[in-house]
Amino acid sequence: MSLLSIKQYSLAIGDTEILHSIDVTVEPGQIVAITGESGSGKSMTALSVMGLLPAGAAAQGEIQLDGVDLLEATESDLCQMRGNVMGMVFQEPMTALNPVKTIGDQVAETILVHEKTTKSEAHKRAADIIARVGLKVAPSRYPHELSGGQRQRVVIAMAIARRPKLLIADEPTTALDVTTQARILDLLQDLVQEFGMGLLIITHDLAVVANIADKIVVMQKGKVVEAAPTQDLLRNMKHPYTQALFEASGHQVNLPDRVRGDRLLDATNVVRTYAMPRKTLFGPRPNFRALNDVSFHIEHGERVGLVGESGCGKSTLTRAILGLDPIQAGDIQLDGLPVFSGKKPNLDVRRRMQVVFQDPYSSFNPRHRVDRIITEPFHLLKTPPTGEARDAAIAKALEDVGLSEADKTKFIHEFSGGQRQRIAIARALIVEPELIIFDEAVSALDVSVRAQILDLIADLCRKRPLAYLFISHDLFVVRTVTDRVMVMQAGQIVEQGETEAVFSNPQHPYTRTLIAAAPQLPSIIKAPRTG
Amino acid sequence: MIRYTLGRLSSLVISLIVASLVIFLVIEVIPGDPASFMLGINAREDTLAALRAEMGLDKPLLVRYAQWVIGMLQWDFGTSWTYKTPVAELINDRIWVSLPLAIYALILSTLIAFPAGIYAASRRGGIGDVTVIGATQLGVALPNFWFAMILVLIFAIKLRWFSAGGFPGWDNPLLAIKGLTLPAIALALPQAAILARVMRSSLLDMLGEDFIRTARAKGLTRRQALWRHAVRNALIPVLTIIGLQFSFLLAGGIIIEQVFFLPGLGRLIFQSISARDLIVVESVVMLLVFTVIVVNFAVDLAYAAVDPRLRSRT
Amino acid sequence: MSKSLIIGICMSATFVALAAVSFLWTPYDIETLDISNKLKGLSATHLLGTDHFGRDILSMIMMGARTSIAVALLAVGIGMAVGVPLGLVAAAKSGSLFDELIMRGNDLVFAFPSLVIAILITAVFGASAINAIIAIGIFNVPVFARLTRAAALPLWERDFVLAARVCAKSSTRISIEHILPNITNLMIVQGTIQFSLGILAEAALSYIGLGAQPPTASWGRMLADAQTLVSIAPHTALVPGFTILLMVLGLNLLGDGLRDWLDPKIRVART
Repeated sequence: MSLLSIKQYSLAIGDTEILHSIDVTVEPGQIVAITGESGSGKSMTALSVMGLLPAGAAAQGEIQLDGVDLLEATESDLCQMRGNVMGMVFQEPMTALNPVKTIGDQVAETILVHEKTTKSEAHKRAADIIARVGLKVAPSRYPHELSGGQRQRVVIAMAIARRPKLLIADEPTTALDVTTQARILDLLQDLVQEFGMGLLIITHDLAVVANIADKIVVMQKGKVVEAAPTQDLLRNMKHPYTQALFEASGHQVNLPDRVRGDRLLDATNVVRTYAMPRKTLFGPRPNFRALNDVSFHIEHGERVGLVGESGCGKSTLTRAILGLDPIQAGDIQLDGLPVFSGKKPNLDVRRRMQVVFQDPYSSFNPRHRVDRIITEPFHLLKTPPTGEARDAAIAKALEDVGLSEADKTKFIHEFSGGQRQRIAIARALIVEPELIIFDEAVSALDVSVRAQILDLIADLCRKRPLAYLFISHDLFVVRTVTDRVMVMQAGQIVEQGETEAVFSNPQHPYTRTLIAAAPQLPSIIKAPRTG
Repeated sequence: MIRYTLGRLSSLVISLIVASLVIFLVIEVIPGDPASFMLGINAREDTLAALRAEMGLDKPLLVRYAQWVIGMLQWDFGTSWTYKTPVAELINDRIWVSLPLAIYALILSTLIAFPAGIYAASRRGGIGDVTVIGATQLGVALPNFWFAMILVLIFAIKLRWFSAGGFPGWDNPLLAIKGLTLPAIALALPQAAILARVMRSSLLDMLGEDFIRTARAKGLTRRQALWRHAVRNALIPVLTIIGLQFSFLLAGGIIIEQVFFLPGLGRLIFQSISARDLIVVESVVMLLVFTVIVVNFAVDLAYAAVDPRLRSRT
Repeated sequence: MSKSLIIGICMSATFVALAAVSFLWTPYDIETLDISNKLKGLSATHLLGTDHFGRDILSMIMMGARTSIAVALLAVGIGMAVGVPLGLVAAAKSGSLFDELIMRGNDLVFAFPSLVIAILITAVFGASAINAIIAIGIFNVPVFARLTRAAALPLWERDFVLAARVCAKSSTRISIEHILPNITNLMIVQGTIQFSLGILAEAALSYIGLGAQPPTASWGRMLADAQTLVSIAPHTALVPGFTILLMVLGLNLLGDGLRDWLDPKIRVART
């Protein structure tokens, strides 16, 4: 009998149907990955097993864990099982821990809830478990003193403290950098082997899925569309949605050849420092160099990528280029004009640059209509178009990004994430800038939407000579949409060169680490599909 | 931790200096000649001169301010013009009514609000929750001095359990506490209603946090997660309100003293206002503000005790 | 719309209507004394009875509603007119000396509860309704300044504000175009709460003689007059007391209802 078997399980919250008769099984020692885009119901499946559904949830069907029917179990039975027979790891390590308790206390709590043992004994075992998950910090530390990866290890320690038979991990590495992600995935695989427990991992990242899972379950809109052992599924995808999903994940953009031009943006020896809190009582405030002697250039019509992990200075560089923050040393010029002249941003430069941000939900004032949103850059023009010229500009910008003129009177909440990102691009295009900065512009999107937006960017390049700086943590995406790439680490550009050259023959050790850590989609799906 | 404490301490000192300057300016500078203001237009020249000398009005402003501050540091607030006794003595007699009243009310308010707020949050949407919300809705709308009058009507006049007013003194502490009980209840209930609402909503915020879900995934029951993880985190915003409430209780006490004829700072200040005795008003207001600022400093330290994130800022 | 919003609107509207009608008509003239009819209970001729001078209590409640509403409304107006711009500027210049000064100034005003401000003002300028407005208004300033700043700060981190900065819009312009419209709901809700607190504060100040002076009618003053009569004529204390209670309750229900209706995520400050 399976360790976990979900049979014809359906779930509704209020009047909304979330899951429709799904079937999933997990064997001991097996890693099963549930994957799908947002809204597929994959997280709700995980919470259903834990019995931690939101209020108003009505479930039907059967969930058997280790011979116990979880839907029939009482709340106190479930409390007995959580942390004991089944443990769970969540997506967001920054908020998953109680900020006012030490990590040792929080790990020991799992033991103390389920065992009659002394506090000191529990703390001793907690310290062992903390060491087992690869944490080299004292159990007396508080969560805010740890990094995201370290916190995720604490969460894992709490989940496995009692060696549960089933571990559920809901997007356990989505909030982490690639190098950290690789180590956390290694740890999870290790633990599965050592304890012989089943692992149900929920993730949207198909590369992760393909690399770690023994079995893949693909979900779409609350239904399981396909479930098969990993190798079988990769070789023979039966459902069109599975095929579409893998295709979108490995989507290659058909980028037009670049038109060579003169230098457009020139950054020389840029330094940006932040004052940090004092370390000693009256000591000087130490400076943190977010950008350390950064030099690069972008030519007219050139598509440049910038990769690096969080905290490496990518966002700081964006803000410096856009003239949002002053720099402490060095120089940033666009066509020979300084971005920041004295204390004021240089308007002549500003109107030639625009930006597209990551979060499609916070990029727009919710109280403005689309026409007002996308015409905001007109503020940069000496004589902004009015009347018919303005209407024409709005219509053109919207049509360029695949929307219609009629959308201009709508509010932003009427659009999906992908459509919003199109609006963000329309806003950037309306003043016909020579340089656009895409700051993680596709990172928050589902793979299929991401593929469409990447195609749109390539399309725009075909229509006009466009130079952009494409900032992303996702190496795969950067590889397909850029001519040249720069790798950033701790405020410095450690390597730059032609994209293909850097990816196929990285020179700097950090670049090699990054590329090695990034999970690869298996090559099978890159081969042209027949039949 | 040391730097945090020193930082709060320096802002305490700055607040005290600025507050004393404001009070000094309002009382001694804005009226022009405080002596003739205090004595009215029909004052005799020699009494005016005597008061001017008494207040040191012939000296420059800065010197007067410095003398006032230095005096207060030595618990010397000058001599009241109407009572002809040192203000320090007047305050000594009365502060042991006003301060215990505020503290008593704060304790009552906390004792009522914490259980009520926690109970309501743990039964969100249930009958218990609705009852607590309804009661707090009424409590928040209750004018405390009117509530005090109703308490007097019921418990002193009709039931005769308490005396309708006056204060027996601290010779017998039990009687003293009994004498302060009705005023403390009148002060505390409306504040308890506010505090219970804050406690409830702060707890509900915390119960929605990710770390509560983590705790539940470990096998904690809803109740265990609430007590072990939510309550302490919920205290952080609640402490702010407690600090603010102390100042309201102290000020509110001034009004409640009127209802119960308690010989506290409130009565002193009103008598002094009607007698235009600015020397007393100035000192009592400064004392009230001093207490509030010190209590808020204590609340800042309490934050650090609850929240390790503050402590680690060295 | 929730039940509490509807009840709150009805209750608040009733009192506003009472105040409005009092400009045209009251059952009796409150300035004529009728000692022979003093301390009469509730009856058909005097719906809410009479006070120790024989004045009609219903008429006094109507006239008192004017004072209460005017004082509380103007005090909220002062608080918003000064506090909101201060908070907006503090958030726009967050971390600057100006921001620090505003925040320290706020803390300082919080050290003077509204009653203590009123005591200071009346000690020097004498008691009047105007001084009550100023005292409550001064106290409202830091409430709105703090709330505005706290609500505006996260908005400044949002990408749509960054996008506006990329378009070289000034911080003043961004505050007006992007920040203000997104905190209006919060201000409306908090304004209702401060309005209800203003009613309570006005009553308290009048009760201790620091608010509106006779012959201006005020609920707090009626309670002060009733204090010695409470055992022989309880209605003289009960009627104005319940009036204040109901008015404040109505406003609070209105505030809570508005919050749920406009945006349940709004957190108001209650002190």
